[in-house]
Amino acid sequence: MATDSTTEPPLIAVQNLSMSYGPSRLVLSDINCDVGRGEFVALLGPSGCGKSTLLRLVAGLITQTSGSLTVAGQDPVTARRSSQRVAFVFQEPNLLPWRTVSANIALPLELRGIPKVEQTRAANEILSLVGLTADDARKRPRNLSGGMRMRVSLARALVTHPDLLLLDEPFAALDDVLRQQLNEELVRIWRDRGWTGLFVTHNVAEAVFLAQRVLVMGARPGRIVADIRVPFDYPREPRLRAEPEFARLCGELSRQLREVSR
Amino acid sequence: MRLPSVRSVLQATVPPLVLFAIIVAVWHFCVQFYGIKRYILPSPWQVGTAFWTDAALLQRAVLYTGSAALCGFVGSLILGTVIAFLFSQSKMLRSAGYPYFVFLQTVPIVAIAPLIVRWYGNGFQSVVLVAGILGLFPILTNATQGLLDIDPDLFDLFRLNNASRWQILFKLRFPSAVPAICAGARTSSGLAVVGSIVGEFFVGQSTTHYGLGYLIEATNSNAQLDRLFAAVFTSTLFGVTSFALINLASSTILSRWYDGPIENRQ
Repeated sequence: MATDSTTEPPLIAVQNLSMSYGPSRLVLSDINCDVGRGEFVALLGPSGCGKSTLLRLVAGLITQTSGSLTVAGQDPVTARRSSQRVAFVFQEPNLLPWRTVSANIALPLELRGIPKVEQTRAANEILSLVGLTADDARKRPRNLSGGMRMRVSLARALVTHPDLLLLDEPFAALDDVLRQQLNEELVRIWRDRGWTGLFVTHNVAEAVFLAQRVLVMGARPGRIVADIRVPFDYPREPRLRAEPEFARLCGELSRQLREVSR
Repeated sequence: MRLPSVRSVLQATVPPLVLFAIIVAVWHFCVQFYGIKRYILPSPWQVGTAFWTDAALLQRAVLYTGSAALCGFVGSLILGTVIAFLFSQSKMLRSAGYPYFVFLQTVPIVAIAPLIVRWYGNGFQSVVLVAGILGLFPILTNATQGLLDIDPDLFDLFRLNNASRWQILFKLRFPSAVPAICAGARTSSGLAVVGSIVGEFFVGQSTTHYGLGYLIEATNSNAQLDRLFAAVFTSTLFGVTSFALINLASSTILSRWYDGPIENRQ
């Protein structure tokens, strides 16, 4: 594991967790994993392996059938209500069409009852971090491209300075170049802000480029089949993708994915 | 909003106008050729004259009917939305209350008109009430559906940010429901106009202050068919104008704050 988990308890601790929808549909079976504070972990798996379900469990949006899951030692709902700031980035940007970009970004602060002046200041500060201009801030979501909308969605998640950032295949709908650019920016922002990240993806290269550790999942029922450390140093530059070691690790992970999908 | 081109305006207006001219010509010819009596079918010319001589009367009647329709419509818009707010907050409230609004929707207005007269008397207030009752249901059903039918991901977003029930209602449910409420308002505005005209038949009866409904009834019973035609055409024009206005308002709202028509996207 990347962080020394012997001294500090993990932020996310999952033990013997199972999740089923109804008596016959087992979605997750006996999941065991930890994510240390400040760590960036990717959940990699084929479609339908329950990786998004695991993310929603960590967010406290749904509850497991059996086993335990804690965030900072508490159950996930209590954690996000009291001690931890948890933010979620969805697969779709999910912006409110009736709000301007800046009002969309400020939404989480508004819901927390933070004064208007503070909201605006925090939203403006985040804009440049995700590569948006003050001009974009006045627009409505429908006047932005898909990539720009995703940046707004990311800004909305970061505006609260989250302790834990959960990302559910946020760049899956974007073209490859845009996806790579946003991956590079996400790594930069993580280094800058130091949140704990859990990133769900089915894209091997994306997982390897971003994360310190990759949890490989298999399907039917969803389970963790491997826990692989990514040995590359940060900051990670675009040229990393061209290195033989990067290709070797991607190949290894692809092989494992193929094995579990058989 | 982009203005429609001259060409599209012409395409939309010229054919109906040509058809109108043809119908008027055939009508005029039939009345002349078959020597149809004035109290069976007046000629277009006689109807036109009635328009001219009754202009002041028709204007007052439109104002009366229009005010009643507007009051009824605004009342049903506000009441319908408020009840939908309540319905969106509790399934029990919804299943308890909904059947009574279905009842109110299905009971013929003729059947409850005597009660309305008994309780509120003949006159403007009763006409407003009839218009409001007719207009309420479409607003209520559309608003309720709009408030309940929200994007599950957006609902999760609000939950993740520990939003309260009220924040979800006013910052998510209500804004999400606005397009549905607009659709309900379009149906409701038409019904309010019909309600204010027809309502006057049953609950209006006043010879000093009256609207199009009374005018239609009075001219018919006196066999003044030219004046009746003038009143009916005025009612139709009034209805069409109201519908166009509410359509304009709703499409302005939708294209300003929502993903309106594709041609308006930048």
